[in-house]
Amino acid sequence: MNENPAANDVENAVAAAFREEWGQVVATLIRVTGDWDLAEECAQDAFAQALDRWRRDGVPRRPGAWLTTTAKNRALDVLRRQAVGAEKLREVAVLARHEGPYDPEFEDDGGVQDDRLRLIFTCCHPALPIEARVALTLRTLAGLTTPEIAHAFLVPEATMAQRLVRAKRKIRNAGIPYRVPPAHLLPERTTGVLGVLYLLFNEGYAATSGADLLRRNLCAEAIRLARVLARLMPDEPEVLGLLALLLLHDARRDTRVDEAGQLVTLEDQDRTAWDRPAVDEGAALLEAALRRGRPGPYQIQAAIAACHTTAATAEETDWADIAGLYGELARFVPSAVVRLNRAVAVGMAEGPAAGLALIAELEQEGDLADYHLLPATRADLLRRMGRTAEAAEAYGRALELVENDAERNFLEKRLAECRSA
Amino acid sequence: MKYVLFICTPVADEELGPEEIAEDSRFTAYADEVRERGLGRGGARLRPSTDATTVRVQGDEVLLSDGPFVDTKEYIAGIDIVEVADLDEAIALASRHPAARGGGSVEVRPVWE
Repeated sequence: MNENPAANDVENAVAAAFREEWGQVVATLIRVTGDWDLAEECAQDAFAQALDRWRRDGVPRRPGAWLTTTAKNRALDVLRRQAVGAEKLREVAVLARHEGPYDPEFEDDGGVQDDRLRLIFTCCHPALPIEARVALTLRTLAGLTTPEIAHAFLVPEATMAQRLVRAKRKIRNAGIPYRVPPAHLLPERTTGVLGVLYLLFNEGYAATSGADLLRRNLCAEAIRLARVLARLMPDEPEVLGLLALLLLHDARRDTRVDEAGQLVTLEDQDRTAWDRPAVDEGAALLEAALRRGRPGPYQIQAAIAACHTTAATAEETDWADIAGLYGELARFVPSAVVRLNRAVAVGMAEGPAAGLALIAELEQEGDLADYHLLPATRADLLRRMGRTAEAAEAYGRALELVENDAERNFLEKRLAECRSA
Repeated sequence: MKYVLFICTPVADEELGPEEIAEDSRFTAYADEVRERGLGRGGARLRPSTDATTVRVQGDEVLLSDGPFVDTKEYIAGIDIVEVADLDEAIALASRHPAARGGGSVEVRPVWE
């Protein structure tokens, strides 16, 4: 079948380079040319050339440097042909020359890293609408195509294309700077970047039956980008905390839904099928983050996830510890959902009655009136107390509010159990 | 880059005139910064929206209405034109304007150049 294994190797090398280097090539080209569309076009061209040239000349030792240089030369050609003003051309040529011709021995990673960080912060600038930040990050940093992003976010392709065009236009016209923000803005801007990566991950993680491969890819991209960020900002504990959190969640990806597409609760998941290396890496990252003594919401959530994923069995889960962590989290994120989660943990640590008391408080406040997990949690606590009639009633209420099929099936199963009890 | 800052005030708020603004320390601190850093490129304090008339033409008919827009909770109280390096600087400046801090808002709009 495969008559030319070498060609196949080259294709794999280009595919691997695309995953690893796309964001860096685009980031550098944007800095050099100041033109986002030209940068993407030249990056695409460089990857196309790589297929031909690497087949002929072999795969270079530093594919990223080869691709960046090729893309830069292409940009200079395009700008020359467009007869761009001599001054601008000189500027670009100086920038390109300043970095020297491609020389694998002297390639310096420092500048490259800065470029990618610049790109992340610009894509996630708070003056852009949140949907645009997410889309732009996937397009420019992860190299996803517009149809792929549209498909992942379940919007028409034209809508996504327009969103990207508008975002790039606003960056140019409104004067959004292409840079890592200065120190005094860094903490709040970093929070925004982490928020985008977390959103990306959750888009892919939301359990749906017959999980779509592309949405799963979003999890992989979010983890990859979080890794880049962690490498670029190694002293930022919340960045490490987010990466730890994503890894610890992702470690359970294959056990959350069974073969029939039914939701499997944490308690019933097959712990032997969890991705151990991911759990270990997440736990180690979390420890490194916590050692810095600056806790934040991502570190605390990662600590909660670690309590679950490092427990050998569901029974051995340290619920008192988890309840305490949710209390901590509530200080950073004073939301009703966090308090609902705390109620679940307290219900496990101190018994269902204690959890039920916290649920009653939340019900009275009414913030979660339309959230199916509030009655679902109440139902679960009642069921465990043996108050099945009341539990059935609460499951019924949860079923009126639930929107996800996998979760609906789960609640219906529990409702039937309560009715037959 | 040049930006116009639209200084927006809640409709129900007190209406400060130019003299009052000139004596109000919240405003003078901001005005001093703009002057000292040489960022100002013009601007004006506007009369309240109750004095505004909106002009619209439909076919041959000139339609006038009282006030700027219907159902607005804020009105544009003034405009500042500033020249700064980029949007981050413009945002930093706008965030120190008393209107942004005191229940109103400042819209930062780049000038078409």
